[in-house]
Amino acid sequence: MAITFTLNGKAQTVDVSPEMPLLWVLRDTLNMTGTKFGCGMALCGACTVHINGEATRSCITPISSVAGKKVTTIEGLSADGSHPVQVAWMAEDVPQCGYCQSGQIMSAVALLSKKSSPTDADIDDAMSGNICRCGTYQRIRKAIHRAATMQTGKATSAA
Amino acid sequence: MSAASVFNRRDFLKTSASAGAALVIGFHLSPTALAASAVDQEKKLANPFTAWVRITPDNQVTLILGKSEMGQGIMTALPMILAEELYLDWKQVRIEQAPTNPAIYEHGTGGSGSVAGSWLPLRQAGAAAREMLITAAAQHWNVNRDTCKPKDGGVLHGARKQFLTYGELVDAAAKLPVPDFNTVPLKNSKDFTIVGHDQKRFESRAKSTGAAKFGIDSRPAGLVYAVVARCPVFGGKPAKFDAAKARAVPGVRDVISIDAVAEGAFTTGGVVVVADNSWAAMQGRKVLDITWDEGRHAAESSQSLHAQFIENASKPGKVVRNDGDANAALAAAAKTVDIVYEIPFAAHACMEPMNCTVRIGADGAEAWVPTQAPQWAQDIIAGISKLPHEKVVVHTTLMGGGFGRRYQADFVVEAAQVAKAIGDKPVMVLWTREDDMQHDFYRPASYHHMQGAVDEHGNVAAWKHFQTSTSIAAIWDKGGDEKPEQSEFATAAFIPYQTKNYRIEYTLAKSGVPRAWWRSVEHSSSGFVVESFVDELAAAAGADPLEFRLRAIGDDRKVPDFTNPKEGKPLDTARQKAVLKLAAEKAGWGKPLPVGVYRGIAGYFSFESYTAGVAEVSVKNGQVHVHRIVYAVDCGRPVNPNGITAQVEGAAIYGVSAFMKDAITIDRGRVVQSNFNDYQMPRINETPRIEVHVVNSTEEPTGIGEPGLPVIAPAVCNAIFAGTGKRIRRLPIRAEDLA
Repeated sequence: MAITFTLNGKAQTVDVSPEMPLLWVLRDTLNMTGTKFGCGMALCGACTVHINGEATRSCITPISSVAGKKVTTIEGLSADGSHPVQVAWMAEDVPQCGYCQSGQIMSAVALLSKKSSPTDADIDDAMSGNICRCGTYQRIRKAIHRAATMQTGKATSAA
Repeated sequence: MSAASVFNRRDFLKTSASAGAALVIGFHLSPTALAASAVDQEKKLANPFTAWVRITPDNQVTLILGKSEMGQGIMTALPMILAEELYLDWKQVRIEQAPTNPAIYEHGTGGSGSVAGSWLPLRQAGAAAREMLITAAAQHWNVNRDTCKPKDGGVLHGARKQFLTYGELVDAAAKLPVPDFNTVPLKNSKDFTIVGHDQKRFESRAKSTGAAKFGIDSRPAGLVYAVVARCPVFGGKPAKFDAAKARAVPGVRDVISIDAVAEGAFTTGGVVVVADNSWAAMQGRKVLDITWDEGRHAAESSQSLHAQFIENASKPGKVVRNDGDANAALAAAAKTVDIVYEIPFAAHACMEPMNCTVRIGADGAEAWVPTQAPQWAQDIIAGISKLPHEKVVVHTTLMGGGFGRRYQADFVVEAAQVAKAIGDKPVMVLWTREDDMQHDFYRPASYHHMQGAVDEHGNVAAWKHFQTSTSIAAIWDKGGDEKPEQSEFATAAFIPYQTKNYRIEYTLAKSGVPRAWWRSVEHSSSGFVVESFVDELAAAAGADPLEFRLRAIGDDRKVPDFTNPKEGKPLDTARQKAVLKLAAEKAGWGKPLPVGVYRGIAGYFSFESYTAGVAEVSVKNGQVHVHRIVYAVDCGRPVNPNGITAQVEGAAIYGVSAFMKDAITIDRGRVVQSNFNDYQMPRINETPRIEVHVVNSTEEPTGIGEPGLPVIAPAVCNAIFAGTGKRIRRLPIRAEDLA
């Protein structure tokens, strides 16, 4: 079944089973591997993308539900890693193995689009759906505060 | 490398060309063993411009990484060592993964041994390359080479103010004789500009943009995807299956079966669904109709294992160490402590589930493998494909976590078997999270009966440790020289604490559950047991936990590695005391805390590094909250302090997962847990503030990927005791043990 949606700003049509999750359409049909498979049950956040601006777990999102919507993946955040959240991630040297970081960054970008100066509690609320097995959480927190400062020009309530 | 199996060394297996018939060669990844194997490495290094450094005419320098990057930062730390000796500008350096070629590289990545083992060989390789470039410049100018100095990616002739870039010199340099590595001059550490200075992770940008390619991201042309239905019971296999419904799923291409490999890689075999995409393969697997032969472990459970532990503990074990007479000292002592600790199985739960991609053609094989042991992957694929090793190209990819899990090769065997079966086409065998959690090689479950005594001066008068556990070494033992206790004791058999009466006994517990190296291996258990028990002895003596430890460690001395006295580095008690004091000082040990917050301390020696941690903890409504952890670590000369800090931060959280979250439990011969709902991970809202103080040592570098882990559980549990009077003696922490 042909399904059309907007992927990183461009029209995209795929002809796949309607119940196939967006994650596998991205990874296997379109070979866009920045979005990761972690659990398949929306428990870990590795597959997080934005659908119409909302952070969404693509592993449980049937492709049919995406028709006509705007999907943004890690590849669509910036062409060159220049998005403030990516810059902050590099500045704080967040990644270790790096596997969860696409999902972490997509969750962080969604948080900052709603709360430009998040508190630690806001970060806990927005980011606790994303597991990092390497334990980079302390640096993720710092990077979000840094990105907020970069975007708003003022310091947030960093710990 | 020594083929001899030495007690207390982590024996990793290397299979012969046939993955099924494992020729077992114990090879060792302890830092000392790696340093010893540096001799081999030197022999292999015919020319550093072939192995380690590639320079183009436009002076682009690419450094080659022979180890595997799994998040531990080796892709940054090892090239830093080369760059230092080459006087390079770190910002200009590129880094590439080495081809799999064990004739040149020691690929195996584990045992927290990469920096320790590569430190000297890479310095020598970098220095040799630099000396060859200098000689080439001197010959070009026809001047005395003493007048030529390396500088900023080139060679400078100071008097003439002439400069040639390495790119201009490399063709001539690479043809010069390679200097003797044992005499090549190494850079004075006073002049280091890269080593010892914080460097950011080389691949940070790729990992922040989605560009980084992990094994699971391999997409060779024509790739097909496969999942394997494995018997949920360890040791079981399919008795019969009907694939008709699976074949009818759109996108499914084929259903085949693969055999178990009972030795070496220990695969379970199973029924394989091959499809156009991962999801179709998973859908096909769901509708397979399989009757399992559950094998001989189908009755095992966590309860039966616990009962076996109790039964084993009712009888004396094999005596592993016996100094003085611990039994007599215990009988005579006024103050004794007699307790039991129990520790469950733990899963690695790498964020990237296991996977491997292989193509086997008549002319050659190619594989994309997220592995800590690419040389083993090459052996396996060569064996299954019947191709010579040089026709088997193994690409070591980035790994979404390793933690010891990816030193196994079960996922490689499966992919090679499927690739062989489907013909000249690349196939990825992908594991789901459930596959990964239920077919891991787990941290052994263990049971420890500890008895100790303190004398009237508050010294340790006796220390008796009986352990029964499922043993890593036992799974490798096929009538060879592996002893089950070999993998279960390390520093538990040579503690820093002084006692004249010291006895260790061991009894193997039988289990069908696969076991292997989980981050920090036996230290994750030994650290908890030893450092909890010392705290109990301190309490029995009525002493401050820090003061008691420092007194029990006693004078500055070198404690020989009991289990590996020839090759193991001794435990330097001065360094152990120094990190305890440093962590205590930075944490404000003895100073007031907010109401309801309590401190605990632990110190530990593992992978030849010294750690101490102070935890600040509160307990409310049956819940433990860890507020702050202050670490002091001494891992010798810090190569990349930023990377060391990151590893310790990460080890703390990895440790938290195992003692504050869920256990792996067994029922009817299978793992009960299946995904992150019932095997939960710490999340950002549970993350304490972690401070890491790195000792600026000038000793040789030692391990840091794992040593941060062992102290976290005892530090937190000792803080719980300080606050509540409750001792945590079984993990993970349960609400009823806090009540």
